[in-house]
Amino acid sequence: MTLSALLTQAAAVTAAAGLAPLLVGWVNQCRAWLQNRTAPPLSLPYRTLRKLLHKDAVLAESASPLFRAVPYVVFGCMLVAAGIIPSLGTDLPAGRAADAIALIGLFATARMFIALGAMDVGTAFGSLGARREMLIGFLAEPALLMVLFNLALIGGSTAVPVIADRLLAQGIAMNPSLAFAALAFVMVLLAENARLPIDNPATHLELTMIHEAMVLEYSARHLALIEWASALKLFNYACLGFAFFVPVGLAGQDAGLTDLLLAAAWLVAKLILAGAALALFETLSAKLRVFRAPEFLAMAFMLAVLGLLTQLLFSGGVA
Amino acid sequence: MIALHLECPPRATDQAGGNSVVCSDWAWVGVQAAPLTWLLLGLLGLLRVRSLRFVAHGLFPAGALVGVMLAVCAWQALGAGSCATVLPLGLPDLPMHLRLDALSAFFLLLLGGVAAAVSIFSAGYFRTGEGTAPGLLALQYHLFLAAMAWVLLADDAYAFMVAWEVMALASFFLVTSQHRVPEVRRAGFLYLLIAHLGAIGLLLCFGVLQGGSWQFTFDAMRAAHLSPGWASVAFGLALFGFGAKAGLVPLHAWLPEAHPAAPSPVSALMSGVMLKTAVYGLLRVSFDLLGTPQWGWGAALLAIGLFSALFGVMFAAVQTDMKRLLAYSSIENIGVIFAGIGLAMLFQGSGLRTFAALALAAALFHCLNHALFKSLLFLATGSVLHATRQRSLGKLGGLIRRMPWVAWTTLVASLAIAGLPPLNGFVSEWLLLQAFLVSPQLPLSFVNMLVPVGAALLVLASALAGYVMVKFYGVIFLGRMREPQLEQAHDAGRFERVALVALALACVGLGLLPSVLLERLNATIGLLVGPTATAWGELGWLRAGAVSHASFSPLLFAVGIAAVMLGSFLVIRRLYHGRVARGPAWDCGYPWQDARMQDTAEGFGQPIRQIFEPFFRMQRRLPSPFDDAPRYQVTVEDRFWYLFYLPVVRWVDAAARMVGQLQQGRIAVYLLYGFVTLVALLVVVL
Repeated sequence: MTLSALLTQAAAVTAAAGLAPLLVGWVNQCRAWLQNRTAPPLSLPYRTLRKLLHKDAVLAESASPLFRAVPYVVFGCMLVAAGIIPSLGTDLPAGRAADAIALIGLFATARMFIALGAMDVGTAFGSLGARREMLIGFLAEPALLMVLFNLALIGGSTAVPVIADRLLAQGIAMNPSLAFAALAFVMVLLAENARLPIDNPATHLELTMIHEAMVLEYSARHLALIEWASALKLFNYACLGFAFFVPVGLAGQDAGLTDLLLAAAWLVAKLILAGAALALFETLSAKLRVFRAPEFLAMAFMLAVLGLLTQLLFSGGVA
Repeated sequence: MIALHLECPPRATDQAGGNSVVCSDWAWVGVQAAPLTWLLLGLLGLLRVRSLRFVAHGLFPAGALVGVMLAVCAWQALGAGSCATVLPLGLPDLPMHLRLDALSAFFLLLLGGVAAAVSIFSAGYFRTGEGTAPGLLALQYHLFLAAMAWVLLADDAYAFMVAWEVMALASFFLVTSQHRVPEVRRAGFLYLLIAHLGAIGLLLCFGVLQGGSWQFTFDAMRAAHLSPGWASVAFGLALFGFGAKAGLVPLHAWLPEAHPAAPSPVSALMSGVMLKTAVYGLLRVSFDLLGTPQWGWGAALLAIGLFSALFGVMFAAVQTDMKRLLAYSSIENIGVIFAGIGLAMLFQGSGLRTFAALALAAALFHCLNHALFKSLLFLATGSVLHATRQRSLGKLGGLIRRMPWVAWTTLVASLAIAGLPPLNGFVSEWLLLQAFLVSPQLPLSFVNMLVPVGAALLVLASALAGYVMVKFYGVIFLGRMREPQLEQAHDAGRFERVALVALALACVGLGLLPSVLLERLNATIGLLVGPTATAWGELGWLRAGAVSHASFSPLLFAVGIAAVMLGSFLVIRRLYHGRVARGPAWDCGYPWQDARMQDTAEGFGQPIRQIFEPFFRMQRRLPSPFDDAPRYQVTVEDRFWYLFYLPVVRWVDAAARMVGQLQQGRIAVYLLYGFVTLVALLVVVL
């Protein structure tokens, strides 16, 4: 393990933890502008985190120790995930210890714990949210796996940094299977991160919530960790998408400090564009009924399968 | 009583790679002694049939020790070659042959380990006044264990079938231990029926396998050369016979009936071990006795396995009885195992041996995984059942506060069965997905494009398993207590805790250090697919051998998450504070909250019922708006009963009635039959 690899690794985790709330702030700001509202400051998510960390936690009387452990587990999963996604450079030592399948597993672990935490207090909203979250989860996971399979076939490995490296070396080539995969990936991203049209991150109308319904009972530092973790999840998904579909600007092997700074500039530029696009999409679309979600995700799955079949055809899969 | 030839005749050619290794003597002696000791312990139970103390504190712990001994000996034998012996028992021309090789050693390891845990649990579980007398129960229980060991050791068709039937009968009596309840008798009968249908399939299968030599030892069957058509017939019969025992769809109907009826330790053994003897049998027949499997068998098995997996997990999601839920989840896991074996056959039949080794490793690893976590879950339901007298999910809840030992160990098993890293369920899922990932390299047009999509079904099943486990765990252990008497629930006793903790630790250990087992499994895999040297990675790592560049380190992974958790905890404590106040739940400020407002098990299953509606046969009764006491009712049934089982029952009934017309009850008519038969035979002979 070289020094530059360690540097890239540390930079990836630090950038994720630091930039994730900023991304959420930026999306909220863009959305407010698009909806003719006065925009909250960019730093609002940081201030909210600080405020929450200072407060005293209030726990429901019926909460068990599991409930208190959940925020730490979820935050741990998301930060570890940030360590294996090449957000700045592809020379990630942690990428060898966990591959794309483990990444899906990490997201699934976080989801299952947050759902269990939601059921722990025993309120109507908690179990409703848990049920819906697991529903979205099991529909999205096969689609995400098909996207990753497609990329693993291109990259020749399931390790995310290796795939990104291969794509980076390939340069921008028109690959129709990647187009299908990208579309499917964006749909999964929207569903998994509780964005429109599956869930509305701004709503507090009880019956339409999914993610918010699950975290209703958390307060103070527990809520801070959960909020931070969900910001990290959005950031992780965004960086995963960048690494797969627009790897331009990523630092390669043996990256120095300047390479990483350049990569960081690229990353910020990509995030600004992606955040604005997300805000625009959310402004233009309406929330689907919960039972339309399977159709939405089935479409994502079909697109991903199409992408995989295209890839197999092009790479001479049919002997 | 039974004199054993204890010397190990070295086999001339060892299939594992030509090097004939004699397995170590003590392991072979230990493996043979284990079933005999179990039998002896069972017979001792007859001495004091009514004494619970003697059975619970004497026989069951002793049986657990035998299980540990068997596991140790099997582990030792897994690394060494094979050895065999001939018993002076059996038919005139066919003495019983026993043989221990790497395949049987692996399944004996599984049997010994799970039997040890379940026996310790049983020591604290059984009470008087619950069905069968303790001494008799001990006999049935230990006979069941011994029969499973003999199934795994048998080296000829006769010994195999005898052991197989003893296993079926012993488990039948265990299932019907509360035989005064009509449903239990019904479930037991269904189980016995399907078990025997399967046994007929196996008998016919062995009949085909001997290939005209009329030699029924497995050695003769290996030597017999069958034409591809007859080999396929033999495989089909084996699939029917072993599929009926394993609970493959559509022969699964007995599982969800028998498991709720049986006492929990028996369910644990049946689900954890007995289903695996069917997996063993199929592997033995298709990879060992038949030689090289054909790829078509693999494709069929893959399709059936994936369908079983999805079907099982879908039905698990809509169950309201905790043991039925686990029974359907067993169907899912068996489906995953068979899908892995099917994939291995596809590869092996196409000449891709290294890939076959990978898929087979995934399937075998999942066998052990499922044995561990499913027996833990069944044992946990036993503890819950004893503490609350409730099996229905709708009347449980909040038990994590009353039963912390059971709740936390069950959490480990629930996460493991959902295939989450870094526990053991994820390891087999990872291996199987890596095997799916190389399937585009199959030299079969179009098949190589369809098979990768099968991976999506596998992931769908495993994600749905997560859904099911959130439901199972959340409804039983989390939330508020749905019934006031749950406040009096007590935690598991000492013996039960030992078993639960041991199984949970095994799940964690196998998840963190998978390569320890996988390296040992190389002998088993080599026996089945031919010599391959697959490197599974160093301690704490997992690699897919030479097949792909991917690697995964569960150990580092777990350390990473634990470090972040601990770090964030300490930093927050240090920089801020750890003050906590307790208050009523917030619930959006809604002032009236009670336990009945939580999601029920039915409610949790509702999205699944809606999305996968065509798979279920549902009857809903909705209340009208004018009802004084509105009642909502939904029953979900298995379509296979109406599409498959009941028509078969009708045909059998009709056929029996036609045959029944022969019976007139008058001597003259019967004499006439005799006369006509005689004349007919004479005509044929002359």
